[in-house]
Amino acid sequence: MFEAILLTVMTAATPLVIAAMGELVAERSGVLNLGVEGMMIMGAVCAFATAHMTGSPYLGILAGIGGGALFSLLFGFLTLTLVTNQVATGLALTILGLGVSGQLGESFVGLAGTKLQPIVVPVLSDIPFIGRVLFAQDLIFYLSIALIIGVNWFLFRSRTGLKMRAVGDNHGSAHALGINVVRTRYLAVLFGGACAGLAGAQLSLVYTPQWVENMSAGRGWIALALVVFASWRPWRILAGGYLFGAVTIGQLHAQAFGVGIPSQFLSALPYAATIVVLVIISHNRRTTLINTPASLGKPFVPDR
Amino acid sequence: MVSSQDQGEPSLLSVRGLTKLFGTFAACDGIDLDIAPGEIHALLGENGAGKSTLVKMLFGVLQPSSGQILWQGKPVSISSPGQARDLGIGMVFQHFSLFEALTVGENIALSLDPKISLSKISEEAASLSKAYGLPLDPKMHVADLSVGERQRIEIVRALLQNPKLIILDEPTSVLTPQEADRLFETLFKLKAEGRSVLYISHRLDEVQRICDRATVLRHGKVTGVCDPRQETPASLARMMVGSDVAAVHREDLGTPGEVLLDVKSMSFAPRTPFAVSLKNVSMSVRAGEVLAIAGVAGNGQGELFDVLSGEYPVADHDAIKIRGTSVGRTRINGRRLLGAGFVPEERHGHAAVSQMSLSDNLLLARAHSDRKAFLAGGLGKVIRHGAVKAATARICQVMDVRKSGEDPTAGSLSGGNLQKFIVGRELDRQPSVLVVNQPTWGVDAGAASRIRQALIDLAKSGSAVVVISQDLDEIFEVATSIAVISEGRLSDAYPAGTLSLERIGLLMGGIHDSTQHASHAGEAADAH
Repeated sequence: MFEAILLTVMTAATPLVIAAMGELVAERSGVLNLGVEGMMIMGAVCAFATAHMTGSPYLGILAGIGGGALFSLLFGFLTLTLVTNQVATGLALTILGLGVSGQLGESFVGLAGTKLQPIVVPVLSDIPFIGRVLFAQDLIFYLSIALIIGVNWFLFRSRTGLKMRAVGDNHGSAHALGINVVRTRYLAVLFGGACAGLAGAQLSLVYTPQWVENMSAGRGWIALALVVFASWRPWRILAGGYLFGAVTIGQLHAQAFGVGIPSQFLSALPYAATIVVLVIISHNRRTTLINTPASLGKPFVPDR
Repeated sequence: MVSSQDQGEPSLLSVRGLTKLFGTFAACDGIDLDIAPGEIHALLGENGAGKSTLVKMLFGVLQPSSGQILWQGKPVSISSPGQARDLGIGMVFQHFSLFEALTVGENIALSLDPKISLSKISEEAASLSKAYGLPLDPKMHVADLSVGERQRIEIVRALLQNPKLIILDEPTSVLTPQEADRLFETLFKLKAEGRSVLYISHRLDEVQRICDRATVLRHGKVTGVCDPRQETPASLARMMVGSDVAAVHREDLGTPGEVLLDVKSMSFAPRTPFAVSLKNVSMSVRAGEVLAIAGVAGNGQGELFDVLSGEYPVADHDAIKIRGTSVGRTRINGRRLLGAGFVPEERHGHAAVSQMSLSDNLLLARAHSDRKAFLAGGLGKVIRHGAVKAATARICQVMDVRKSGEDPTAGSLSGGNLQKFIVGRELDRQPSVLVVNQPTWGVDAGAASRIRQALIDLAKSGSAVVVISQDLDEIFEVATSIAVISEGRLSDAYPAGTLSLERIGLLMGGIHDSTQHASHAGEAADAH
């Protein structure tokens, strides 16, 4: 029973963690992409359609990543090349994504999906209790864990990651140091789009293997909140993602068991928690200064 | 480290006819410049003379519109800072290009070869900084460092790339005289190693002290190349300004009158972890007096200004008195109504809204204190545009504010002209108490002397003036008495004539013992 609940929590948390990791990288480079929801749903529809037509969920994953990345490229072109307002463009991207995905997915509604099968790691999966939970999961779960380790290493150990943080902290100075601000941000935005697309693929291939319009159901917004909740730290995304995932699942169980907590309260909880975290971190100016990308959301135009 | 192979070539860097156009405006117009190996070369000029533009072109931040740059005799085009560094040009910016969220080591690593590991860079930076007398801890976050320490990072960062030419933009504006001396020693060490230094400054005494040659710019053109040691400050200033700078005229201001601004043992807790707490600050300024408060940046000047102006009230209502009225908890407009005026340090964003016109900026500051003059219709508060525009024109004329158009935005004025306007905006009210913070920071010599003269004239007409400044020349020009602020403590005020530069330097460096004795003595005297 407990194992089953834990497994559903992990399945609910995985897309949040993946999308948030992508957004974290984009925001660390100074780009606020509010289009996570739109990129996620595009990933979901591309993944489902490809998996359905080819019969291969793995090609579906690739298509999901590609769909999200392509969609983020549009965002990058608008905000980085044409220097449009990031907030407005991100919102537009979400609305556009929901619309386009509905159109693309119209003929796939109600069709049977191709579920991504778990990869059972021999020996390790026999470990009592945690074995089944950790080592009999699907590829996307393993990728989510690899993503956290990889992004953490990239941001805080690699020189390229250092440059990316520099761009996010002070793009003027980064430019003066000869770092290509626009290219760095394009790559970060693309990575964010690819992650959002992968998260979308998880929704339509693992979480509920079918296509339903608007099936991302606000998870992109939770992922955005999660980045702030984690104060732009990769490992905190893992903790926050599982916490928010647990809340989502808890909400379903609470309804099923008729617990007296209104479900609206539970679904608002991630956002309320994010506000609390925002208040806490902005109370201490030093932690804000060191963790928050200072040029987040600010357009960059080199003075030539 | 630098080999002296370039002995056959007279110049390390030559610039020929370099021009930079912004639209039709020539920021730099046909500039020639020669820097020899192993010389400290000064680049002198007023604000807006084109110094920064020239330097940005040399460092690849801006591209010249025409003209040529020769590096060791070969024509080069420097299209990026990275390329400048590859050639062997290092730069220490006036406004530091540091990343507050990163550590000292990470900041330095960003400008170096990515193949070198971070730990190795940190090690090298620590040893190099020690060798040049600029101690630094590579693991500290920049956000936690003082301005002086941040400058050291910039210098060490430039040095780690083993440059042949180091460009320093106004490096001493944030240092104590002792820190500046230390910097000069570092520069002499660099010179002895055969490196060249391009030293940008408008402090003539420094240039005369350390520079071998000087190129003077005015309005984007070279107006002279000279050996600064053969010149007098007046002749250098003439090249910079074009005409003789009006010497500030200060006769004896007569015996001071009644106390107009009185501060008694005022303390103020820091609002942020970065702020300085004010500890037991006392001062009294009489009519006809100019009290200058000297000190190195970040010792509580900003905080002192904030509580004097009423931007942040203090708990003890009686700690501050303006013309005998307690104002500790009174906000800024209440204090203005008592006849006080305030000029904060930051021109943009604090003293003026850059995107708004001068007349709007005038109204923003004085809508409350000069309500009758500028607002009509009682509760309706309708703006009298005619009166506001007339007052703006009057201020611009009195203070000689040079602007394009009738009522341009504050942001379109050069720093010096905007500062003249902001000071003039307060002077126009004939305030009986005026508190100014860094009145001539980053302002050219002509505007600075105009502003200083205005402050003295105001005191002469019977007002009490407080000038918070880091510029010791300015302090000696305007002050009748001088106090020094260090780590939030204010020394007793001494008559300007009795303090030497060395003594002030010691007080600024935080020699508190004598200060505390002095302030105790001061309190004892006040008690009588």
